[in-house]
Amino acid sequence: MSEAMNIHPGTTAAVAVHHDGHGHHQSFISKYIFSQDHKTISKQFLITGIIWAMIGGLFSVLFRLQLGFPDQSFPILETFFGHWAKGGHIQPEFYYALITMHGTILVFFVLTAGMSGTFANFLIPLQVGARDMASPFLNMLSYWFFFLASIIMLTSLFISTGPAAGGWTIYPPLSALGEASAGSIHGMDYWIISMAMFIVSSLLGGINYITTILNMRTRGMSMTRMPLTMWALLFTAILGVLSFPVLLSGVLLLFFDRNLGTSFYLSDIVVNGQILPNEGGSAILFQHLFWFLGHPEVYIIILPAMGIVSEILSVNSRKPIFGYMAMVGSLFAITILAFLVWAHHMFVTGLNPFLGSVFVLLTLLIAVPSAIKVFNWLTTIWRGNIRFTPATLFSIGFVSLFISGGLTGIFVGNSTIDIHIHDTMFIVAHFHIVMGVAAFFGMFSGLYHWFPKMFGRYMNNTLGYIHFWVTIVGAYLIFWPMHYQGLAGMPRRYLDKSGWASFNQFTELDKMITIVTIIVFAVQLMFVFNFFYSIFKGRKVNKLNPWGATTLEWTTPIRPGHGNWEGEIPEVHRWAYDYGKDGRDFIPQTEKIGENESKH
Amino acid sequence: MQTFFIIVILALGFLITFQIAKASEYVAILRGEEKSRKQTNKINGFLLLVFLIVGLFGVYYCNETLKGKILGAAASEQGVLIDKMLYITIAITGVVFFATQIALFWFSYKYQESDKRKAYYYPHNNKLEVIWTVIPAIALTVLVGFGLFYWFKITGKAPKNAMVVEVTGKQFGWEFRYPGPDGILGKKYYKYIDPAKNNSLGQIWDDPANHDDVWMEQEMHLVVNKPVQLVIGSKDVIHDVGLVHFRMKMDAVPGTPTTMWFTPKYTTAEMKKITGNPNFVYEISCDQMCGKGHYSMRGTIVVETQAEFDAWMAGKKPQYLVANPDKDPSVAKPDSTKAIASAAINNK
Repeated sequence: MSEAMNIHPGTTAAVAVHHDGHGHHQSFISKYIFSQDHKTISKQFLITGIIWAMIGGLFSVLFRLQLGFPDQSFPILETFFGHWAKGGHIQPEFYYALITMHGTILVFFVLTAGMSGTFANFLIPLQVGARDMASPFLNMLSYWFFFLASIIMLTSLFISTGPAAGGWTIYPPLSALGEASAGSIHGMDYWIISMAMFIVSSLLGGINYITTILNMRTRGMSMTRMPLTMWALLFTAILGVLSFPVLLSGVLLLFFDRNLGTSFYLSDIVVNGQILPNEGGSAILFQHLFWFLGHPEVYIIILPAMGIVSEILSVNSRKPIFGYMAMVGSLFAITILAFLVWAHHMFVTGLNPFLGSVFVLLTLLIAVPSAIKVFNWLTTIWRGNIRFTPATLFSIGFVSLFISGGLTGIFVGNSTIDIHIHDTMFIVAHFHIVMGVAAFFGMFSGLYHWFPKMFGRYMNNTLGYIHFWVTIVGAYLIFWPMHYQGLAGMPRRYLDKSGWASFNQFTELDKMITIVTIIVFAVQLMFVFNFFYSIFKGRKVNKLNPWGATTLEWTTPIRPGHGNWEGEIPEVHRWAYDYGKDGRDFIPQTEKIGENESKH
Repeated sequence: MQTFFIIVILALGFLITFQIAKASEYVAILRGEEKSRKQTNKINGFLLLVFLIVGLFGVYYCNETLKGKILGAAASEQGVLIDKMLYITIAITGVVFFATQIALFWFSYKYQESDKRKAYYYPHNNKLEVIWTVIPAIALTVLVGFGLFYWFKITGKAPKNAMVVEVTGKQFGWEFRYPGPDGILGKKYYKYIDPAKNNSLGQIWDDPANHDDVWMEQEMHLVVNKPVQLVIGSKDVIHDVGLVHFRMKMDAVPGTPTTMWFTPKYTTAEMKKITGNPNFVYEISCDQMCGKGHYSMRGTIVVETQAEFDAWMAGKKPQYLVANPDKDPSVAKPDSTKAIASAAINNK
């Protein structure tokens, strides 16, 4: 049907013909592989991220099998993993490698690189009105450093002693001593080198994003006319640029401790009967360095999702985002506070209680801007005229999850309660809901929404709806009861609770969680299928602006070439949220303010 | 074979879903996209309402099913404070949770697309922003206030009459040391650690404070209603002394000793009655990932009356005498010169 429409010249569909902005032919390699076009780089990040997400998700299915069915043997696991799954049981070292890589992959490779890499690259030039990033070359390097990091991390999965297995937080001495954990023999070196490449990638990208937003906005695009996605991605990039180098220094010192005999983190250790010479180091120092990145990191993950959700809720409610300046202000407040809360991960490390109290105060302060955001989203949909596209549903799901996970943050951030629930399943439930699943919801929302701009085709809606409903119900079924396990004091990262009198009361629950996990994972595979199938076979887009949005990306051709706009870059005359104003459905940013137009 | 069938069934399910999804796309186009879009919109709006109602019931059901399996009586005075803080937080956040979730899904349902209504242009209202800045700020001030009040109570200085026990974590077990009658834990140095010579902690035998220290593994005894201060360390990697019934927790860090104190409220025997479980036992769990045996790093605690504790302790021999049997007066040696020498050291 839509193809038939494409044949008629003179309609908007004619614009769908691909034009290369520079007007010269490019080889396959320079166009699709070493591309400097921000849109292609964004797709490279996205597809690499999807591959990683499938690997990381598969790992969670594997260890959930062990947690849900500790007594049952799965011979197929032994077929695939050999002695790592002897007798069809996930062996302890394999289990710890799986959870470590699951965390590393999803936190860094999917929700940081996959998320920021995809949406910052794709949206920034299109929404601020630029032909490309400030430095397309650095942008390309940014992807290839990420690729290199991916290859190194992937290689570490295949070495004989296994990948890093000390938890994604890689606390030394466990991560420093091969005697203490098999994953620390070689796997940890791969982890550190991969992460160093990853940080280079993230810095190259981040500097580019900041520069582009600050310097390359089109005429009329003042900072306060930018869509909230831009503000969110700007603050995300600032967070990354300021905090990732601290992690780099932290892991380099760890590398020295591992390989050069230094004692930054090591002191007074007897491991496996062997007395080590290291004295005077501090294992806690590493935690400070790690969490100085680690906490901003969770905001690096969630801020882009917040920006995407703000934009999509507004577009699909046909209403302006409520409290634009308050939204920007709260993003700013979160960015500042993100740097001042890291030690709330360390309340029970022997931290000075007074220092702990300061971090309690600063941590709970973050709840204020978070609350402002939630109330503003609620007011945005209030008295709207809401279209439930899959993107909208995922955005609504995001808000629901952000509320649930945000509120449990008030438990965890209060040191008194944290004494009891620190490092229990409560923490697992909390951060999976608030920054794991919620961030994924933001990402899905953005993908369904901007897929037509990315590929000139739509994804299948029915599969999108199934994807949403199974995922939100599944996510709550998996993570909501986990809070109870945590309140019972059940420590996280326990592969078998049968030896314990205090934690063995949840076997039925664990079984249920595992079954739901498998279903939810299968539905994610269906999403991936829908994604790739739709790139090639999806319904074609035949409207320039399918969602009726005000922002600049919808003024480009349906399949924009390198350079984005064929003629001049359009000039901007208003903010991005004139929906439902003066009785009009929406007014694009490029339209001049009318003489009789009311002020907002 | 079974696995093969499961994979085939999954693949078939996939295929069917996909065909339905594709067909529905064609049907939508045939019926008119706008019309079918509106119908889908109604279905999803309705489902959001169903999700809210079923979800709220689910929250209730989950709580009813699981509340009997968590917490139980807090077995320390500090644990009582932590539970109180937990309930205060549940009360305040619970109100916010229900109010915002109901608003979110109700608005979504109520304001779904309709030809009869136009979206209301409502870009900002500073008064509202002030309201929902100030109210959360007040609620959080209350939570921070209570939280820090309890926090300083719990982490403050241990009372003078507190007994001291040293806890040391290792891959994968726990070791304990009691200071003996002098009340002082003797000095130790990790390079002297040598289990073969009965010196598992690296005690320095030249330090007389060490001569009455008692060492043991896996099980610790405490006195009911008597504050106890744990001095916590580790021999290899970071562990964590997790005491679920006392609601206490503290990392065990190699090279950096940490402490925590609490007052057990019930003896093990009393807890057996309270929980109705004749096999009740206080457990020490390792709560900081420490390697492949992390999940099995279990210790136990016996809480008993002072008299029971004293009787138990009387049967223990100081580790100094275990490691240096020649200094042990009960293993009387004919060599008098050595006995005199050891007595001299003891009197130093």
